Amino acid sequence: MKTLTILKYQWKDLFRGKWIIGYGLIYLLMSDAMIRFAGTGPKAMISIANIMLLLIPLVGVIYGALYLYQSREFTELLLAQPLDRNTLFWGLFGGLALPLAFAFTAGILIPMIYTGMVLSAKFQSLALLVILGNVLTLLFTGLGFWMGLKFFENRIKGLGYALVSWLFLAVIYDGLVLLAVFMLGDYPIEEPMLAMTMLNPIDLARITVLLEFDISALMGYTGAVFNRFFGSVIGIGVATACLGLWLGIPLWSGKRLFNKKDF
Amino acid sequence: MISIKGLRKKFGPLTVLDDIDLDIPSGQATGIVGPNGSGKTTAIKALLGLVKPNAGDILIDGESIKGQWDYRKKIGYMPQIARYPENMTVSELFEFIKNIRETGETNKDELISYFGLEPELEKRMRTLSGGNRQKVGAVLAMMFDPEILIFDEPTAGLDPHASVQFKNMVHREKEKGKTVLLTTHIMSEIEELADYLIFIVEGQIRYHGPMKELIEKQQEQRLEGAVAKMMAEVAA
Amino acid sequence: MWANNKITGLLIVLLLLLSVQLVQSQPVVVSSGSSIKEGVSRAEPGDTLIIEEGLYNEYDIKVDKPLTILGDGDVVIDGNRKGFILVITADDVTVKNLEVKHASTSFMEDYAGILIEQTDNTVIENVTLTDNYFAIYLAKSTNSVIRNNHITASAKRETQSGNAIHLWYSKDVTIEDNYVTGHRDGLYFEFVEGATISGNVSENNIRYGIHFMYSDHCRYEDNTFRNNGGGVAVMYTSHVEIINNRFEDNWGSSAYGMLLKEINRSKIIGNEFYNNSVGLYIEATSRNEFKHNTFRQNGWAVKLMANSTDNIFTKNNFIANSFEVATNSMKNYNEFNNNYWSHYEGYDLDRDGIGDVPHRPVRLFSILVEKQPQSLLLLRSLLIDILDAAERIMPVLTPETLVDSQPKMTKVS
Repeated sequence: MKTLTILKYQWKDLFRGKWIIGYGLIYLLMSDAMIRFAGTGPKAMISIANIMLLLIPLVGVIYGALYLYQSREFTELLLAQPLDRNTLFWGLFGGLALPLAFAFTAGILIPMIYTGMVLSAKFQSLALLVILGNVLTLLFTGLGFWMGLKFFENRIKGLGYALVSWLFLAVIYDGLVLLAVFMLGDYPIEEPMLAMTMLNPIDLARITVLLEFDISALMGYTGAVFNRFFGSVIGIGVATACLGLWLGIPLWSGKRLFNKKDF
Repeated sequence: MISIKGLRKKFGPLTVLDDIDLDIPSGQATGIVGPNGSGKTTAIKALLGLVKPNAGDILIDGESIKGQWDYRKKIGYMPQIARYPENMTVSELFEFIKNIRETGETNKDELISYFGLEPELEKRMRTLSGGNRQKVGAVLAMMFDPEILIFDEPTAGLDPHASVQFKNMVHREKEKGKTVLLTTHIMSEIEELADYLIFIVEGQIRYHGPMKELIEKQQEQRLEGAVAKMMAEVAA
Repeated sequence: MWANNKITGLLIVLLLLLSVQLVQSQPVVVSSGSSIKEGVSRAEPGDTLIIEEGLYNEYDIKVDKPLTILGDGDVVIDGNRKGFILVITADDVTVKNLEVKHASTSFMEDYAGILIEQTDNTVIENVTLTDNYFAIYLAKSTNSVIRNNHITASAKRETQSGNAIHLWYSKDVTIEDNYVTGHRDGLYFEFVEGATISGNVSENNIRYGIHFMYSDHCRYEDNTFRNNGGGVAVMYTSHVEIINNRFEDNWGSSAYGMLLKEINRSKIIGNEFYNNSVGLYIEATSRNEFKHNTFRQNGWAVKLMANSTDNIFTKNNFIANSFEVATNSMKNYNEFNNNYWSHYEGYDLDRDGIGDVPHRPVRLFSILVEKQPQSLLLLRSLLIDILDAAERIMPVLTPETLVDSQPKMTKVS
């Protein structure tokens, strides 16, 4: 009940700030442009997936941290009220993550609705896109929250860590994997590679996209390990479980930090 | 009755509250004084659950507040530096806190007109002057008619007229039988408002008792002199 | 009188004609419970043999004279895995409307449901062939028509299975509207000339949908090859026309929509390659024309080995493939022009429908994957996109001449 009250006021505040509307508009314009240029086929869907993989983690982790700093007053005001800290934590998290997820979903779906793509597109691809986008939003906002709480007294440090961790997960990590592949390529490294991929939420999301849109390429790989992994429900099962962990752990840890925190 | 038992708080290597034992009587006004950084605000925040103590406990009406939050229904708090969601209007803020507390406010309109906030009601918080923000804080603290009122440096941002208004209001609340706890640098304010005095230095209590006794003990006319003397004693 | 005579004469002529007709078309009937072999021996050359509804447990039925063999109703000839079932060695034999099943399986002999050897003008039509080792085996024959047959088998291993329609040293064959599944190769061509293969569906075969070698001047069009173990292999042949076929759902490390090896002076036009690990694999293949084909959602649309030269790719659509073109060398002697590439990121300021900057369909990443296949797992990583973009601007590892200098902005219809 109180969580809803908090959510309501935060959303009002967020929409007043226009920022969230701009964020939704980015997806709307992008989705519209992709459908306009590439038609309602899978090409548009793949392009949207690519941009989603880039943008959601970046915005989620940075804005997640930033938002905690921005709502510090709000937090302190509410903490002196008869209110459970858990309620406040979920209220704060939901107050940001849900509008972000909503902006993404509306942004990509509206052009698909007025072009009729929702009906013509493969339902599985569309569902994957929407679900993955929402999971990624919650996941990276949670990660941003965790960093914001960890470095609550030092914004520069918190935002710095958020940005660096995004850069690490999005680019550097894959660079290390590529390096490992070229240095150790003669050894059976498929299983460690898969494990490494599961440790990085952006890679996890990327692999899920590959499973939907590039399965024919993955099946062209000459190795039993990948084929067994991707060619069965194991792949999607393990990826989903890992994404679940990645969603749960930062939020759980963030909530612990929040509960123990001195304001 | 608020009882503080063996309360200890460290921020890193710094001990802010060092084994504090206190009983704050009900229906009385208690002033907390002490030099900057002595732990006054931390003690109040511990009472509100904003700061989690390393050891010790706080009891309100005999019940520990550890892990609890419902007891804050009994408390109205006006912070030292009032920070509010900047995009909310004043009336939205009142409405919001009312929804959070899930209790009907009893004397909101009266307080608003008392502090002359009517013209400010539809303004955004960020456009308010410092004084008006303080007044909003005062209204928020008192509008639900709680048993315990906590004011942290309440008159710091108020002009003399508002300051007098505020003090009159505190008197009224005290007469209604409220427990009032306030910190301030201004000794005359304590003298005016408080019955009891708590003097904290470096996280330890140096004096706790009726204000009058302290003044008599130090053989001074005014509290300011008595406190200054006590500080000198501590330094020596 | 004169008139009467005239009428009588006409009647006589008519009667004579009718009786001749009756004698000629009097069919030999094999009824249920009797033997087809015996029926064949009873029939004169040119006769029609009608087999009545029923199950006939017979094998090695030799058709050594011109006959029209027609099933009447639900006719099943079950060889019970004892040998060949129908063996046609005479010219002008037609077989229609029956089911042939359970030819023998052997490692030594190519047993077939219907064996056609050294004949001319054979027609096999509306025949259902079920669980035979080879289904239709055509050797050293000319002018045959194999039409509208339904050929199925369910072997799991290559060695337990023969080909569905097997052609060897034959000429001028028409194979159309057949459905073929579950065999080793759906269609097998070796040393065939002038065949037309159209409207067939060949799917779920253990090895190839069509396996085609040393068969010049053939044309295949409007066929569908789907989910075969290795896709389709076309090898060692010149002057083939491959028109408007569909190649789809062939997944695996050595599965190709179509593999071309040593194919010369041929036309590959209007085909659709959809959802294959590799759409088109090209090796040692020269002077061919690839036009109006559509490559959609394949892992690799085209793998072009560097020993292939002077091929022209024009007006093809490359849509949503993981990789558009991959190659194994810095050199390229083929031409790409006027294709639509969905990976193209250029612009068309003069609005003439042609992109203003050339398109390089070979990604740096495809070369990395060629060297270290495991790196495939990094597909769609931001890092890879950055590397690819850098390579496009300054080609270092990708063939500089493999470029479409006039990429189309919209799909070729």
